[in-house]
Amino acid sequence: MDKSINKPFLLAGVLIVLVALPFLANAAGYPALTSLATRALIYGIAAASLNLVLGYGGMVSFGHAAFFGLGGYVVGILYQHYTQDDMLLGLIPGTNQLLVTLPATLLVSGLAAALIGALSLRTGGVQFIMITLAFAQMLFFLFVSLKTYGGDDGLIIRRANELPGLNMRDKQTIYYVYLAIAAIFFFLLWRIVNSRFGNVLVGLRQNERRMAALGLPAYRYKLAAFVISGMGAGLAGCLMANFLRFASPDMVHWTKSGELMVMVVLGGVGTLFGPLIGAAAYTILEAVLASWTEYWQLGLGFILLFVVLYTHGGIQALFARIGGRRP
Amino acid sequence: MSRPILSVKGLVKRFGGLVATDNVTLDVRPGEIHALIGPNGAGKTTLISQLVGELRPDAGTIELEGRGIGGLSTARRIRLGLARTFQITCLLPEYSVLDNVAIAIQIRQGHSFRFWGNVRHDKALREAAIGFLDTIGLAPRADEQVANLSHGEQKQLELAVALATEPRLLLLDEPMAGLGHTESRQMVELLKGLKSQVSMLLVEHDMDAVFALADRISVLVYGRVIATGTAGEIRDNPEVRAAYLGEGDEAC
Repeated sequence: MDKSINKPFLLAGVLIVLVALPFLANAAGYPALTSLATRALIYGIAAASLNLVLGYGGMVSFGHAAFFGLGGYVVGILYQHYTQDDMLLGLIPGTNQLLVTLPATLLVSGLAAALIGALSLRTGGVQFIMITLAFAQMLFFLFVSLKTYGGDDGLIIRRANELPGLNMRDKQTIYYVYLAIAAIFFFLLWRIVNSRFGNVLVGLRQNERRMAALGLPAYRYKLAAFVISGMGAGLAGCLMANFLRFASPDMVHWTKSGELMVMVVLGGVGTLFGPLIGAAAYTILEAVLASWTEYWQLGLGFILLFVVLYTHGGIQALFARIGGRRP
Repeated sequence: MSRPILSVKGLVKRFGGLVATDNVTLDVRPGEIHALIGPNGAGKTTLISQLVGELRPDAGTIELEGRGIGGLSTARRIRLGLARTFQITCLLPEYSVLDNVAIAIQIRQGHSFRFWGNVRHDKALREAAIGFLDTIGLAPRADEQVANLSHGEQKQLELAVALATEPRLLLLDEPMAGLGHTESRQMVELLKGLKSQVSMLLVEHDMDAVFALADRISVLVYGRVIATGTAGEIRDNPEVRAAYLGEGDEAC
């Protein structure tokens, strides 16, 4: 499953590079690299969350932008009420504290995932793909029509959420905070996919009939995985809104769900770090290709085609083979 | 006579106009191997599917140790002590042989909402799984991936996995199907050895195996049980001979 975690040296090396990255970027004269890396970390969290249901659980959700966008809107809406100094629904005060918005995000996206999952998981296969897509699009049109919260234009967050003792206006500080969050996130995910829970989840993907014959009530485990996955995507959305200082319906659009899927496939379906690698590759490709041509998605399409056809398991598998190990 | 482990009464299943299970009544006593035979299309697998809850019967009752299980989900029935093997092997192909058995034990032990400990470092689980593989004779292949097993080995693993759920009653859906002569013989010996531990309902086409194993045999034709009795009684039953044995394709 996750061969890379068994290579602590490689992992430590990557972590050192990531910690040193802002300095390297400044020294090399590309300070924008830090922002790029921040985006990659955020998308890495979102894609890895999607991968929990898609890669490990075999549930192809085409609606994870819903949770990603909800995360962004929790930050945006709470910030708007904070600046206007009024109450959300006359009950909840706004805030600009990350220590409040982040748990709030997890709660909201978790509840949304429980609701959407409870209904969608009654189906399977293509129906499941279409229903998750439909729910995400419903949410998209809801936010487009919510004029109070910016409608089409989205919400501008003038200042990123604060963390006590840290200057969250500094790009480098944000990068390190996000790196720490990503490290915790991937550690937790690593525990989950190797746990008893992860074991039945992977079993369900391989053969649901067999799991039923072992006495496993499948639905509740799938739903739990879907909720965890939705919370992860919500977390990423919260971080993204703080990073861009902007939350818009674009975050909820179905193309965002597609992008997350592309990252998972690009990096390696059903692997722990594959989605992070995929997110990094996607972010870098987007930046590089977009600087050459506005039709950068065409180039990306060809690269994706190559990866799917020839790597047998994404960039992670390609690395593994170059390193002389069978994936 | 002690209370039967499994007691099926008046079971009916219709698919449109076709009556696949026609008022079936049978029971399996403790420590017994009860064989269910019948020509292809007689409704044997349909009956198994109703027993495990994959299909809902239109009428009739199913009792496991005196408890009605007809309305329960598959998962609940398995927890109450039912287990089955599949005619066409149904395993987790990406997992190792050991993993396939260990996951069965894990599920038997209780809920799997445990997110922290590494399941592959769970010594007790691994050792218990090795124990079941030993019984079946697959222990040397424990670390092999299931996709790389031969058909015969997969059939054996099916049995090991079913045993790992520690059932009171084992439903065996053609355990000999596709096995070579030697492998069949091994499977018969294996099942004989298990008889003291678990009662079995054996669906099988291989008559040698059936006559070697079964305490009682029921004959199913067009969804109806036309006879139940010992091997000798079934052999001599004219109706059975006409419907089934006498048709000249004993080994079908």
